[in-house]
Amino acid sequence: MAFGPFLLLALMEGLVTAAVLALAAAGLSLVFGVMRVVNVAHGEFYMLGAVLAWVVTTMIPGPPALAFLAAIVIAPLLVAALAAAADGLILKRLNYDPEATIVATIGLLYILQQAALSLYGPNANPVTAPFEWRIQLPWFGYSGYKLFVVLAAGLVLLGLWLFMTRTKAGLIMRATQVDRMTAQAFGINVDRVYMGTFALGAGLAALAGVLIVPIQQAQYLMGHDPLLLSFIVVIIGGLGSLRGTLIAALVIGLSDGVISMFFTPTLAKILATLLVAMVLVFRPQGLFGAKS
Amino acid sequence: MAALNPTPPLRTPLIQTSGLTLHFGGLKAVDGVDFTLHAGEIHALIGPNGAGKTTFVSLLSGRRLPQSGTIRLAGEDITRLPAHARVRKGIAYTFQITSVFPRLTVFDNVALAVQSQGTADLTAKTHAALARVGLDGLEEQEAQTLSYGHQRLLELAMGLALNPRLLILDEPTQGLAASEIEGFKTLIRSLVPQTTVLLIEHNMEVVMDLATRITVLTFGRVLATGTAAEIRANPAVQEAYLGA
Amino acid sequence: MNGGGVKHWTLHLALIAVLFSAQFWLSPYHATNLARIMILAVFAMGYNLAFGYTGLLSLGHALFLAAGMYAAGLPAQLWGWTAGPVFIAGIAGGGLIAAALGLLALRTAGVSFMIVTLMFAQAGFLTLLYFAPVTGGDDGFAVAASSRTLMGFDLSTDTPRFLAALVIFGTGLLLSLALVRSAFGRTMVAMRENEERSRMLGYNPFSVKLAALTISGLYAGAAGAAYAILFGYVGASFATIQYSILPMLYVLLGGAGTTLGPLLGAALMFVLIEAATGLTTAHQFIVGAALVTLVLFAPKGILGTVRERWVRWLP
Repeated sequence: MAFGPFLLLALMEGLVTAAVLALAAAGLSLVFGVMRVVNVAHGEFYMLGAVLAWVVTTMIPGPPALAFLAAIVIAPLLVAALAAAADGLILKRLNYDPEATIVATIGLLYILQQAALSLYGPNANPVTAPFEWRIQLPWFGYSGYKLFVVLAAGLVLLGLWLFMTRTKAGLIMRATQVDRMTAQAFGINVDRVYMGTFALGAGLAALAGVLIVPIQQAQYLMGHDPLLLSFIVVIIGGLGSLRGTLIAALVIGLSDGVISMFFTPTLAKILATLLVAMVLVFRPQGLFGAKS
Repeated sequence: MAALNPTPPLRTPLIQTSGLTLHFGGLKAVDGVDFTLHAGEIHALIGPNGAGKTTFVSLLSGRRLPQSGTIRLAGEDITRLPAHARVRKGIAYTFQITSVFPRLTVFDNVALAVQSQGTADLTAKTHAALARVGLDGLEEQEAQTLSYGHQRLLELAMGLALNPRLLILDEPTQGLAASEIEGFKTLIRSLVPQTTVLLIEHNMEVVMDLATRITVLTFGRVLATGTAAEIRANPAVQEAYLGA
Repeated sequence: MNGGGVKHWTLHLALIAVLFSAQFWLSPYHATNLARIMILAVFAMGYNLAFGYTGLLSLGHALFLAAGMYAAGLPAQLWGWTAGPVFIAGIAGGGLIAAALGLLALRTAGVSFMIVTLMFAQAGFLTLLYFAPVTGGDDGFAVAASSRTLMGFDLSTDTPRFLAALVIFGTGLLLSLALVRSAFGRTMVAMRENEERSRMLGYNPFSVKLAALTISGLYAGAAGAAYAILFGYVGASFATIQYSILPMLYVLLGGAGTTLGPLLGAALMFVLIEAATGLTTAHQFIVGAALVTLVLFAPKGILGTVRERWVRWLP
């Protein structure tokens, strides 16, 4: 394949990565923005979304589209419920202390990963895509499902933005993010907002996992890379800034796709992790966040 | 009168600020302050709440950096010098809201101040610093278990243990009982002229009793400077702050 | 804490004596495990100095461990250095990398500091993978026997290995005791307890933290080099996040900010995982559950709680 088409392929692959990454990172950004805590187990919610999607699709007979539809509804809900439980049992008891939360979520990461290993097994299992549609471009064929993923992620993010800016619940969340004490004084139940936010963040990650699983198989270790990439996106885009997250996801996803195709995935990851570290050191507000 | 009070010889002031300014967005916390502090004096900084006294003093101690203006310590420009370096040059600051090491013992609290000057005779010097404020005997106690008054004294002991040229006290008598205030005044008087004292105070009795000179701040600006008598007689000050 | 000097030193020397005697009443298998635990404890002691005493929650210590391991392993493999020089190279490697990381990472604090250290450690691990032809990547490489002998003693055999581990651990332990009893030890704690106040007492927070982190790196380097020499293996897996989390777990369990906590934590976790591996393959779960339980119910760890409730003079 000539260079031009190869680049186009790399960019399209990068776009899919960016879309899924944007969803996962939005969840992480939301949690950090509203609750001011870092959830190191975020990648495991993504993994659980994928694993539960496999469980649901194998349990539901009939056309793949139906099974997938069920998965895309059930898996994120289950993961969100799990996250809400974790928040109530653990995070709330720690008073959302930033450092203690990180230690606790590290523990949660290990627990969830081990649970997946024990109950689901070490193998990577595929999930059938809801539909088979091959788009034929002049230079190569491309999976129509991948384009669907991009579309779906975009719609969900649009829905998230509308939710945050146009609904009362979104307003309450944003108020709690800006000033927790004042929100409390106005009668907002901050604990419930936090639980809801944590659940929503986990649900978004799980949704990303469900979308990706027909492309990439479900495996118990698959949460590791998305976690790192989500971190990278959220920090570079600026914490608490949804727009920044989106743009950073695009940049990271596209460049990861390009660098992975032309060089090696390892090199791409090295550059990305160093970039994040440098941004945190020299420009802690990210590219779009407000300087505190 | 002039013959009886000859003008003192010109010496470099201990602290001299020129046009010191710090704005927080629209709020002009410190707005072009020219301030002079002479060695050996007890200088009180007074003014209504929000006048900028604590902000000004945090500019002196280095906790904040100014947006414009200069600060000179005995002639040396320290405007950009970081806070810890200013401590080493002899500026000590005690916090408005008591800030000790709550989980450490009284001994360790003061030892930390003493040892920043050098570790020779650490134990002896720490004992001496504690005895000076009357806290000897409480050495092994955890700082957070001290009474409020004793915690204030601990703050003071830490400041003194630094052997500073300039001791900045931010509302030191707040919350103290009358007897404790008397002890405090005696202690401060014993410090000068080797140490210069700059204190922010709202207790006018303490101010008038202790201060050699007084500066009045309002809205981030110097309203008046002078001796206690001069300030008391100043009509602008009376109107703005003291109550006519 | 200047009081209790005699008590402190006696306690620590007695512990070392007990550990020395263990080689006579433990089976060779257990004695070797104890040697392993002692090396892990050295790593954890370094972590404790940064985290427990100075309050620096780093998630990048695997980088220093691996730096020590490779600073020892590579000269051994490429140039045939012997155990002594290789060990010193390992210590220096750990310290240098820690200082370099500190210069950048200490410009941040709290959560940002954790993430920055985590990121650099990840980059380090990935770099080791990227240069797999030299580093052996995930598989790693074995350290030649000639680099594992010191003054005629073959450190790959049980007794010399145990004694070497004991000497390294004992030295590390006694040095840490001296450090926390010193003026600088008090300064480290002050920085953790109230950084702003420390600054206003004349201490430069950046320098103090950098020194603490570098010392921490020296310990980690020693542990990495010791592992390479005594157990004969160098590999990139020691640079993974797992090895940044383990010392934190050991310290939290044993008691952060206590000199003996790291050894206790390392020993307990080792025994716990060994016992659990017999029952199930779910030892990751134990690590996770231990972390959550500790941070929720016993953040002071075992010796930390002991110190608070009963033995106030415990260093």
